[in-house]
Amino acid sequence: MEVFFVSLLNGLVYGMLLFMLASGLTLIFSMMGVLNFAHASAYMLGAYFAYTLSLYIGFWWALLLAPILCGLVGAAIEMYGLRQVHRHGHVAELLLTFGLALIIEKCVQMIWGLLPVPYRIPAELDFALFDVFGTQFHAYRAFMLAISAAMFGMIWLALTRTRVGLIIQASLTHPEMVRALGHDVPKVFTLVFASGTALAGLAGVIGGNYHTTDPAMAFSMGPIVFVVVVFGGLGSLAGCFIASILMGLLQTFAVVLDYSAADLLAKFGVTVSSSTPFAELLTIPIPRIGALLPYILLVLILFFRPRGLMGTRDT
Amino acid sequence: MKANRWYWAVALAIAIALPWLFYNWSTGRQSGFAVTLLSEVGLMIMFALSYNMQFGHAGLLSFGHAVLFGLGGYTTAHALNGIRGAELWIPMELVPLAGGLGGLVFGVVFGYLATKQRATAFAMITMGLGELVTAAALMFITFFGGEGGVSTDRVIEASLVGASYASPIQVYYLIVGWGFVSILLMKLQTQTPLGRMANAQRDNFERTQFVGYDPRLIRFYQFVLSGFFAGIAGGLFVILHEIVTFDAVAASKSASALLASYIGGAGGFFGPIVGAIVVVLMQSGVSLLSSAWLLYLGTLFILMVMYAPGGITGLLALHAPIVRIGRLGELIVPYARALLPAAVCLAGFVMLVELASFNTIGASQGKEFSFFGQALDARSVTTWLGGFALLIVGGLWLRAESRTFARTFNALLEAAKTEGGAR
Repeated sequence: MEVFFVSLLNGLVYGMLLFMLASGLTLIFSMMGVLNFAHASAYMLGAYFAYTLSLYIGFWWALLLAPILCGLVGAAIEMYGLRQVHRHGHVAELLLTFGLALIIEKCVQMIWGLLPVPYRIPAELDFALFDVFGTQFHAYRAFMLAISAAMFGMIWLALTRTRVGLIIQASLTHPEMVRALGHDVPKVFTLVFASGTALAGLAGVIGGNYHTTDPAMAFSMGPIVFVVVVFGGLGSLAGCFIASILMGLLQTFAVVLDYSAADLLAKFGVTVSSSTPFAELLTIPIPRIGALLPYILLVLILFFRPRGLMGTRDT
Repeated sequence: MKANRWYWAVALAIAIALPWLFYNWSTGRQSGFAVTLLSEVGLMIMFALSYNMQFGHAGLLSFGHAVLFGLGGYTTAHALNGIRGAELWIPMELVPLAGGLGGLVFGVVFGYLATKQRATAFAMITMGLGELVTAAALMFITFFGGEGGVSTDRVIEASLVGASYASPIQVYYLIVGWGFVSILLMKLQTQTPLGRMANAQRDNFERTQFVGYDPRLIRFYQFVLSGFFAGIAGGLFVILHEIVTFDAVAASKSASALLASYIGGAGGFFGPIVGAIVVVLMQSGVSLLSSAWLLYLGTLFILMVMYAPGGITGLLALHAPIVRIGRLGELIVPYARALLPAAVCLAGFVMLVELASFNTIGASQGKEFSFFGQALDARSVTTWLGGFALLIVGGLWLRAESRTFARTFNALLEAAKTEGGAR
């Protein structure tokens, strides 16, 4: 029971973090048709910017400034890169972001080194908030949850209560129609791309010190975010939210359940020894499969249901 | 086609002669570095061409092509070990076929999954498959050997031509032989109905269905065939290195095929050959001088995506009409004028990159920073400002120069068009 409850909370924290990353990518992917490979790189940049800034001006200013910097980087990518290659089609745009992801990873390695940087949780939040069945729930996790929930609320308000938000919503499903009605769609694209990147940066700021901040974090996070976006479905933020939380819970619970298929078979009186066929496959514990789960899901979803959970059209 | 046969013969002759350029006549030995480098180039050419069967010819952007290459490699390693264990007499010249068959079989499995979709969804499925196989390669010891990989011994003392394949130069000629046959087959494949239909479904998806073809089946066959050739390359890779690890299936290997195809030019058949040479030279040549070679390669890739989507061969092909009217000479002066600002801009960029990588990686090794033989203080602000100044001045100058260049170039193209029309 206690394991279940603690994992539930942790899964929720992780899921909300994923949503912060995935919501921006869903908006970008649905509106512009660009699968932005550099999205997870923005997550990494956010963490590194915050690390460097927090050395000079403290964590709280970094929390504000690092996402803005990421947003500026995003705006520059959209205005000087994507717009340039747009006439060559979606593949060129995808390749551009792929190349950028490569370059950003290399630059980060060159500037901050190959090893993880000591980006730590701020001292103000470094205490246990409450106990759950004898396990401490850290204050920083509550802070992450609060930030992501606040962001979720702000995205929702911005999309449903403002004029720009309505145009964005319309562009999600009918981009051509919005253009035909005379709205400046390129400007909306830049805005969405920049804010999506800023959100990813914010996720990096609060996630980087919770997990580790190293040059590999973008390439390990990237596919997971893609899964969430595909699973949630194109053009659906609600689907994206559900998918993020599910994914967060799935990955957290997979780590906790230390069983393998052999254990299940043992319940039915079948013992697996090294001579059984597929013994290696059967004895792999779930936590190790957990790392593969995003990729298995990515392949299966795209194979069977490219529309995702609540998508309005195929990926 | 008849005239082209000369090119094939010349290319084969060059490939055979190349290692002897680096032959050390005084010691009577081959240069080990050069032979290995040339072998790597050969493998990369095959790998990139097989990638382009999907990417350029069928419009399928794959992020997991190394899976087919690597699994072909693992199959070959096991086949070689099996041949040694069972003491079968199977000539070495046929062993790469095991890799090809491995690539083919896994191509059927993964192709069935991936080719159900196309465009972005295909790209994502292949990425997922690539990551899955990489993770599996570290997890399952029996087939993949875990982190240590599977090692083997290529000297099986069985050959159709009496070679022992103990020395690298013999392996190089094995690669040349198989490479030449594969390239020829891949070229011929583009002229088969399947190759033509692959182009058709890339260019106009709906009409292909209308004509009565099943685009999924076309993609599937193209994927499987591409897997066969990638597998042969993987098999030769194992014969060359006598070991295969998870690196052979990893994402960076897949990315190198994409970079080679795109930089060389995915539109034509021969583009990836040029790209493969560039990529391997960067990988092996530039990496001796600088740890940031991947950054240079990535930057080149981005520049290509933004300004030259046809790749290097595409750029060359742009000049063809001007050559036809015999006025290429008029471009020499504009090119020479653009050369200097381009060099300044490049020098600034290289200097900044090297400064950055020196401060994180090089300084800890206790080296002195030098640029073109000039010792510089890597920590001083002036050095950095100098780098930025070179980059910005060169960049602005290049932009101004490129405007006049574009005017001359377009005027020549116009002239070529009117002259061609008058004829």
